[in-house]
Amino acid sequence: MQGMSVIVKKVTQLIAGIIFLYGIYIIIHGHLTPGGGFAGGALIAGSFILLILAFGSDILKLKQEETGSSITENIAILMVLLIAVMGLLFGAKVFFINYLPVGTAGKLISAGVIPLYNIFIGIEVAAAILTIFLALVIFKEESTK
Amino acid sequence: MELAISIILIFMITGAIFAIHAKDLLSAVISCGIVGYGLVICFLLLQAPDLAIVQIVVETITLVIMVAVVLSSTREEIKVKYGSNEIISTLTGVLVVVVLFYFFTLATRHLDHLGSHALRMANAYVDGAAEKTGSANLVTGVLFDFRGYDTLGETVILITAVLGVITILRIKGKN
Repeated sequence: MQGMSVIVKKVTQLIAGIIFLYGIYIIIHGHLTPGGGFAGGALIAGSFILLILAFGSDILKLKQEETGSSITENIAILMVLLIAVMGLLFGAKVFFINYLPVGTAGKLISAGVIPLYNIFIGIEVAAAILTIFLALVIFKEESTK
Repeated sequence: MELAISIILIFMITGAIFAIHAKDLLSAVISCGIVGYGLVICFLLLQAPDLAIVQIVVETITLVIMVAVVLSSTREEIKVKYGSNEIISTLTGVLVVVVLFYFFTLATRHLDHLGSHALRMANAYVDGAAEKTGSANLVTGVLFDFRGYDTLGETVILITAVLGVITILRIKGKN
């Protein structure tokens, strides 16, 4: 896949990290401010897509990245299910129950397991969108050869 | 506010109709973007910032993927000739829309004003959510605590979509 011009590369260098950090901020503050796992995960995937489109990439590297992102996605959804199943062991023994201490509303570390769900669903959404993008790019590269 | 939402809805419908009839596929994709960003403004007017953030990010990413990856190979539109089959299916579609519209008007006549009949459930959630879940953002509290199964279903839908995309594209790429 071909890269883009010098201007696009320079602007991408400046803003891709900021987009990535903003996605992490939205995920971690998901239980305090608007946003959450889905929005932050889409932002993180957007920063990776911006980098790949601006700088271009080799097809072998793209295939490695696709394998890595699909493995990350599966591990993240398994972690979400593991946290949900842990509710069967602690507290009221119900699937999907909030078994950690709730704390005071408004603090960064509060709301029990909700921040953990937010983090792992954010990773899962980011890896899923990136995998779809990489599959489309690899298919296009292979069909034009 | 209803007037503003009606104007945006008319704008969105115009964009969708233009997307069907555009000659170039690139302008069709861009006018699909009108629908998505109009929906963002509708969400903001209806005071739903969570949905607006998700919609604006996902709309931008899908637009970029469509323009940069999907469109560069096949730019021209495929022409379809109209025979008796297409006329019959169009008539069936119009008939289904008319019947559905009739029964929807019958059903909505017995409902209250928009949103008021759902307030019993919403009030129970809003009253208890902050103390029970400890989450300052009530949307996240409802999404991950009271409606945890919904969120699990959404993520499973996403993973199934990825599996489908990878399977279909890999088979085609090897042939």
